[in-house]
Amino acid sequence: MVVSGHTEAIIDHSAPARLFAGARVIDPASGRDEIADVLVADGVVQALGPGLEAHGAEVIDLEGALLGPGLVDLHTHLREPGREDEEDIASASAAAAAGGYTALCAMPNTDPVADSAAVVEKVWARGHSVGLVEVVPAGALSRGLRGVEMADLGEMARGRARVRLFTDDGHGVQDALFARRAMEYLSGFDCIYAEHCEDASLARGGQMHEGERSMALGLRGISAEAEELMAARDIALARLTGCRLHLLHISTAGTVELVRRAKAEGVAVTAEATPHHFTLTDAALEGYDPNAKVNPPLRTERDRAAVIAGLADGTIDAIATDHAPHAVEEKEVELVLAPPGLVGLETALSLAVTELVEPGHLGWKELFERMAAAPARILGLTEHGRIAVGRPANLVVIDPQASWTVDPRAFLSRSRNTPFAGRRLRGRVLWTVYDGAVTFAAEPHEVPAWVPA
Amino acid sequence: MIEHLLSMDQLAASDITTILDTAESLFEVTHRPIKKLPTLRGRTVCNLFYEASTRTRISFELAAKRLSADVINFSADGKSAVAKGESFKDTAWTLEAMGVDAIIVRHGASGAPHQLARWVKASVINAGDGCHEHPTQALLDLFSIRRRFKDFEGLEVAIVGDVVNSRVARSNVKGLLAMGASVTLVGPPTLVPKSAAAWGAKIVHDLDEVIADVDICYLLRVQKERQSEQLFPSDREYAACWGLDSKRLHRMKPEALVMHPGPLNRGVEISAEASESERAIILDQVSNGLAVRMSLLYLMLGGRESGGGAEWS
Repeated sequence: MVVSGHTEAIIDHSAPARLFAGARVIDPASGRDEIADVLVADGVVQALGPGLEAHGAEVIDLEGALLGPGLVDLHTHLREPGREDEEDIASASAAAAAGGYTALCAMPNTDPVADSAAVVEKVWARGHSVGLVEVVPAGALSRGLRGVEMADLGEMARGRARVRLFTDDGHGVQDALFARRAMEYLSGFDCIYAEHCEDASLARGGQMHEGERSMALGLRGISAEAEELMAARDIALARLTGCRLHLLHISTAGTVELVRRAKAEGVAVTAEATPHHFTLTDAALEGYDPNAKVNPPLRTERDRAAVIAGLADGTIDAIATDHAPHAVEEKEVELVLAPPGLVGLETALSLAVTELVEPGHLGWKELFERMAAAPARILGLTEHGRIAVGRPANLVVIDPQASWTVDPRAFLSRSRNTPFAGRRLRGRVLWTVYDGAVTFAAEPHEVPAWVPA
Repeated sequence: MIEHLLSMDQLAASDITTILDTAESLFEVTHRPIKKLPTLRGRTVCNLFYEASTRTRISFELAAKRLSADVINFSADGKSAVAKGESFKDTAWTLEAMGVDAIIVRHGASGAPHQLARWVKASVINAGDGCHEHPTQALLDLFSIRRRFKDFEGLEVAIVGDVVNSRVARSNVKGLLAMGASVTLVGPPTLVPKSAAAWGAKIVHDLDEVIADVDICYLLRVQKERQSEQLFPSDREYAACWGLDSKRLHRMKPEALVMHPGPLNRGVEISAEASESERAIILDQVSNGLAVRMSLLYLMLGGRESGGGAEWS
């Protein structure tokens, strides 16, 4: 591994061949689940199967570990361009690699907004030059995320960045006619309309989930219906237009049920849920911790259970982080003044292991389906989310037994805003391999690909 | 007992009784010709007020001074550090660096005192935070009630009005229920939502249904800005449905009382006749506030080493 000066990493794709030996290899795309070896050389999976010969490759003994396709995050806020003090593409890429990710979808609410080919291509190119993870830019649906005029959807879709997912994330599209037109237009490019479901009038001024807790804490609530109304509208419009619809970070039992019914009906809808929504409830707001303020808000135990059930039965296709870095000074303020959001790239996998796999809601194969295979399919990333001979090696190796305590100071992300500080989690990333190169290694004797400045 | 007073949740019935009993003896002091005690000599109390307040700030200031504490007033007005962009946390640390023993905080943001208490070693007393709580208001209301009724057991209290946005309502419901009273919340569902039922109070939408049976009719202030949020159609309609007018006043039991945390909106939640009737103990509430706040400062700071965290009870 060659590490250059400054913050740039240069991945050496002619790195010596490595034989990842003896792990339980899980690949939902092919249905593989067996103890096997994976030979990686020249950026590609050269061979896959039990008892491979090393042929001079460096042998990495992974007995007891799990090896799966590198994780793919559908929902990451990189903050570059505009808020590089909170995160940039290099620091987010390092955090993603540490979290086991080999690809991520960059949300467009940057400054300037990613509403033109120029901006998305710059993000794409910067991701490529950092080279720790594939950065897949999402485009804005509307100019400036204002929900009034369409952004340059076709130019972004046809340009170098090949944008496939469009969203005004951070806001729901309030105007139903705009939503309809955007869906119709995008359907012609076989692109995805992705919605942050939130009716602005119902959610106005809201700080947390509306219910008994918000009432007791004296905080303005955001009702479940603020999400569900827009989800129902968009499902109806997707049915009307035939556009592929993706619902971002769904959080309520009602939305899970809407998606379940829409899928049964054959509507082209997919959905994601975040680790914080399947881990926490509105009880996390009891001490008015601004790090627990997130949008959509943490909901009730009933909603949390419904999200888990949705992930278990496949109603919810993917686990996405909604990684949202915020500066300390922005979060260490009165709760009503704090921006919503939390960082998730470096805790997502372990939260999923702790909250979904350990209690038996999801098997390992389902976990890799929700965190790698399905998000790769949604984004059309054919080189991610699967392990196949002759294809680029995008892999993650996990120690399923390791437990660790979340220490935000150790994050590679530039921001520290997490409600999970001090939480004991199960499952830890040992290796991340992107395009055949090691981008993260947990072992202290290994040189990580990138050291934050 | 407690290092900070953030919420009435922290106080058990026995704690409340201790505070009220102590207030009772201090009440006598406030009626002596020389009203000052040396208890908190050398201690510094800061009034940190991010919202305009007259009665609460003056009441705390006077209470601290009567106990011989040094008092500093920090108001987040146009000339303060806040107007220059200083954050709440930096202000807190500045006060801490000056060595204050207690910070009395009033803030428009619910939960601000909870955050403050995590940042400073000084005792934090919540003097009203957003729509959350106003514990010293509840304590002075309990004190005022106890001076009239002696016992809370079996007492029927109606709290009428903008419950959803009221810190007074939240603290009073907790205090009254802890002391054994029954509480009914009265108002339109926009102001008294179903989720308030979790507090353990009854919910009624028609004031006339309960007015003849209550021992105390506690009226909440109708805040002018609520009307623009379409929580009810107009002041006039509010007064007609939930205001304490003379007709309702005369239907109350002979010994029943009228309370209000002030300031009054005469002609909206309370008529002039009701506010000036013999049932109204609104001014008693104000004067009792002094004794109750003295009691609280005495109990919370009196036994403590300056700047330290010793228990007093």
